[in-house]
Amino acid sequence: MIWLDYIVFSLLILGLLLVIIRLVIGPKLADRIVALDTFNMIVIGIIVFIALLQNSILYLDIAIVYGILAFLEIVVFARYVEGKNNDHR
Amino acid sequence: MTIASYVFLMIGALFYLLGGLGVLRMPDTFNRIQAGTKATTLGSFSMILGVIFASIESHPNWIFKLIILIILIALSNPVGSSTIAKAIYKSKTLQDTLLKDDLKGRGEKQ
Repeated sequence: MIWLDYIVFSLLILGLLLVIIRLVIGPKLADRIVALDTFNMIVIGIIVFIALLQNSILYLDIAIVYGILAFLEIVVFARYVEGKNNDHR
Repeated sequence: MTIASYVFLMIGALFYLLGGLGVLRMPDTFNRIQAGTKATTLGSFSMILGVIFASIESHPNWIFKLIILIILIALSNPVGSSTIAKAIYKSKTLQDTLLKDDLKGRGEKQ
């Protein structure tokens, strides 16, 4: 069933491209942070799927560490946005 | 078992695509938070369940790490989205771009 692998992977890459478009054209900083959150989740899904395709358990460790770092990154950006009141954004 | 794994993988990939489409097409920042986070949480669960069903015969030692990853995503992703929404609302930088604001004039006490 190799063609189903191609279909799943192309759906994932299409979703990632839509998120990257929002990450580039986002009018405010808040839109870019939201797009970054969704981007991290899609990248975790892609890493898990690559672990299935390559038959290697190392990618699962990479996915777990990437998930922890994504949560930390989102919380740090949220604190950064919360701290400043409307001067330049 | 292969058919079940591919059904779950396809559902997961479709929900990722819908999450990306919602982030691109929704008209408001809080709508984008809701579309992106809910859809990708369900997509991650379905994707990891698909990998569990695919590897339950050939690699039984993968299941522990995959369940740890499911628990991590279920704990961290809603907390992250709620933190972002509260921080963006309290920063008051996009009051004029909101379509509808039910909390206007109510959270000014602190």
